[in-house]
Amino acid sequence: MNDFVQLWVYLASTPLFGLTATLVVYVSASAVYERLGRAPWANPVLWSVVTLGVLLWVTHTAYPLYFAGAQFIHVLLGPAVVALAWPLWLRRAQLRQRGVALTLAALVGGASTAGASVALGWALGLPGEVVRSLAPKSVTSPVAMGIAERIGGLPALAAVFAILTGIVGALSAKYLFDFLRIDSLAVRGFALGTSSHGIGAARALQVDAEAGAHAGIALGLQVLLASLLLPVAFLLL
Amino acid sequence: MNFLRGLAVLLVLQAIGEALAHALALPLPGPVIGMILLIPALQVPRLREPVKAAAEALLGHLSLLFIPIGVGVITHLDMISRYGIRLLVVIVISTWIGMAVTALLLKFLLNRARSEESLGE
Repeated sequence: MNDFVQLWVYLASTPLFGLTATLVVYVSASAVYERLGRAPWANPVLWSVVTLGVLLWVTHTAYPLYFAGAQFIHVLLGPAVVALAWPLWLRRAQLRQRGVALTLAALVGGASTAGASVALGWALGLPGEVVRSLAPKSVTSPVAMGIAERIGGLPALAAVFAILTGIVGALSAKYLFDFLRIDSLAVRGFALGTSSHGIGAARALQVDAEAGAHAGIALGLQVLLASLLLPVAFLLL
Repeated sequence: MNFLRGLAVLLVLQAIGEALAHALALPLPGPVIGMILLIPALQVPRLREPVKAAAEALLGHLSLLFIPIGVGVITHLDMISRYGIRLLVVIVISTWIGMAVTALLLKFLLNRARSEESLGE
């Protein structure tokens, strides 16, 4: 028994643990998601985060120790953001044709969700730095962290809010769009990408290629608009 | 091989983006500048296949990339237990508002563009 504990302590303290645990848990969560017919509530990001969180808690593993391994996955978010140019490039003809409508929808939609989160957070009496961390939550988390830092929020908290926003969007989009009678898959994908960034886009891609491409466009536009406009908006507040 | 070439292109553009953001104190994060630079770079046909391979691999598993930071929720459990319900209300309602406003506005704009097109014909 003692040997086992020692072995565990050794394994858990190497970067191998965080990397392996993340991949194994994600692959399993994705398999379950497929098995359940990609039901929104079976979202693999949600259940991977919950499973890994419980695993760290049960084994008394500190988050920095886990992250020492998981950072190898995290680092890929940077090139993934650069890669968003690819779906934009593929749809450039459509973008040129619909560019004004898409940009306007991204601008108004992004401003309304950021505005609503700040107004609601303030009305419910949340501390200032928490409200400032909520503002960029519709932008993909690596960018949301940068924006939060610039407007006086907490980067780590902003990342968590962005992830939660992504999960909420991916879980509920189908029901909200059905209720609003939005039939066009392009419009559904674009709205999901605007409010729920990469996690919404991942969900949209799993449902339909057209929806996924529009979610990718929305995600890219939101990154651009929010990085440029949110710091300005907070200067004026 | 194309995947690795593409990944190299993406990383080089991200690095250029980081350098530009830092040197010129730009309000955009490095990877975002890299994304903007990649669009004209794709005019070069030789870059397309590698970038396609890397972009499809990375974007196809985008959800995986969010998990390491997502697990970071556990470091903020005190804040979440203190403000949990209020935070959840803010996040859920503002997300729904964002989705509804975007979807309804885009539907309206695209329908109007379509009806103008058919009127013109």
